[in-house]
Amino acid sequence: MSLVFTLASRNLFQDRLRFVAALIGIVFSVVLVMVQMGLYFGFGRLVTTMIDHATADLWITSRGAKCFEDLSLLNTGLRDRLLAMDGVAEVVPVVVGFSAWSLPDGAMTPVFVVGSDFAAGRLSPWNVVEGTVQSLTTLGTVAIDRSYYGRLGVSGGVGTTTRIRGQPVTIGAVTDGIRSFTTTPYVFTNLASARSYIGLPASLTSHFLIRLKPDADIEKIRQNILSSFAGIQALTPGQFQQQSRSFWLFETGAGAALFAGALLSVIVGTAIVGQTLYSSTKDHLYGFATLRAIGASNSYIYKVIICQALLNAIIGFAIAALIGIAIVHFTAKSALQIVITRNLMIELFLLTVVMCIVSAIAAILRVVRVDPAIVLTQ
Amino acid sequence: MIEPVIEAVNISRVFGSGPTRVQALKDVNLTLTGGELTVLMGPSGSGKTTLLSILGCMLAPTAGTVRVCGASAAGARPDELAQIRRQHIGFVFQAYHLFPTLTVAENVRLALDVRSEHGLKAIAKTEEVLASVGLTSKLASFPGQLSGGEQQRVAIARAIVAEPSAILADEPTASLDAANGQAIMAILSTIAKERGRAVLVVSHDPRLFGFADKIVYIEDGSLTREELTDSQVKPTRNKLIGALPTK
Repeated sequence: MSLVFTLASRNLFQDRLRFVAALIGIVFSVVLVMVQMGLYFGFGRLVTTMIDHATADLWITSRGAKCFEDLSLLNTGLRDRLLAMDGVAEVVPVVVGFSAWSLPDGAMTPVFVVGSDFAAGRLSPWNVVEGTVQSLTTLGTVAIDRSYYGRLGVSGGVGTTTRIRGQPVTIGAVTDGIRSFTTTPYVFTNLASARSYIGLPASLTSHFLIRLKPDADIEKIRQNILSSFAGIQALTPGQFQQQSRSFWLFETGAGAALFAGALLSVIVGTAIVGQTLYSSTKDHLYGFATLRAIGASNSYIYKVIICQALLNAIIGFAIAALIGIAIVHFTAKSALQIVITRNLMIELFLLTVVMCIVSAIAAILRVVRVDPAIVLTQ
Repeated sequence: MIEPVIEAVNISRVFGSGPTRVQALKDVNLTLTGGELTVLMGPSGSGKTTLLSILGCMLAPTAGTVRVCGASAAGARPDELAQIRRQHIGFVFQAYHLFPTLTVAENVRLALDVRSEHGLKAIAKTEEVLASVGLTSKLASFPGQLSGGEQQRVAIARAIVAEPSAILADEPTASLDAANGQAIMAILSTIAKERGRAVLVVSHDPRLFGFADKIVYIEDGSLTREELTDSQVKPTRNKLIGALPTK
């Protein structure tokens, strides 16, 4: 086995303080990138949570609607015309909008009302831990998430009564983990109650969820719908998810901010590791000059430095990954989850390796310039 | 006719320009042949180290040519010079320049490693050469655990393990006491005689004369005298050499 690894690792571990400083730089950088990217993925998942949990073959929305929470409206009369189309088995209206929830002290807090036909079951609350979805078919009955108990002034769970927009409300079901990225709590209820809370006439609807007949050609029907009706969008769930993510992450600038944070972290990490490797190389300059004097080729010396950089990367990434896993665990129940997928882990590892190798460039340039004859003058 | 291992022809070397110009070497001609130990003597600043750097292909001359084993080093790029060093030259430095984080065996094996010689053969070669300098019991020691004389023996083992044609030693005894200095010179003389290498020792210690086959004097960048050693001192040298472990 070549001595490149032995030389690199012992050079690295010889000055433990500097090694720890380099590791802190890498860990700091990787954890920051991990958190930023984890937030990005978590945010991306959160903004499509309603689309993810709806069972629909197609979503019909107003042409200007960017996402599920968009308040653009459709004419309810469209439902019968959609239902009359070939291949369409069911059309379920969904109503969304903001309203005001009365707190026990008389104050009001905003809520985001999601109204649907629970008998059809296309968009129902999930993770129900108390009460039943069926209870929501009763007028004035709602479902909320227990993580919002504090925000909504609820202490008793199912059976608790309050008012939305001045109208009496009873909690009929409680969910666990349906968090809103806008921080405004979701309130699920039936269509009629939702319209009443939002103040929306029966002639208007936010979205339609379409279920197609078995073996229907989704794309063909989607095109038929688009050519038959003006001012609407017909989107598959995948298309609607993509559109929503694109809107929230890029059009609002939220994603760009996360990316910018990640990029800054990479730059900071590269600078820290680069500085550490450079100073380590300077300290071992006579060693590298000796290597050159005894005939080591440039590539041999590059290997030693790059091996040092890779060792930094592997050890630093391993520590950062453990911290990342802990962060994922602790934020699992938070309003904005940090989602770290296996692919993200692999990509971050590759990024760490690239970052450390780029950091080695300054050290390599320094060593290339070293005069082997200096070993004769010391 | 014996082929020269290293041949310097009309070597000159100038550092700086204008008022700071220094002529370190002037028209130096020197030939190192296999089986011969040459001692390069001269006071500080006489150009010994510059000449050693040029003969060792670490520094390019301003004028003149260096041929190593028949190949000219003129116009060679740094990587090509490194290749010449790798193939033909072993160095012994005054300050040893061993890697403190590597064991004795690893330090010696490094010279094979840079020549892409790895594995069991390299390990066996390393152990053999360390045995020849009397360090079999120190294979796993680190340089910091060795005396100066032992460290210089490791440096010699590193210089010869790849069997180069020439060994260039820069003041190899300067940091050692008299006994260790004599022992190191005896080893270098053995390398010249028994292995047929061309050995050049740079020194200003006249006590080393007894080991030299040829003494070359340098002063102000010029070789002033070249003489073969007096046969009267040879018995002392041969006695010391006889006491060394043999290959």
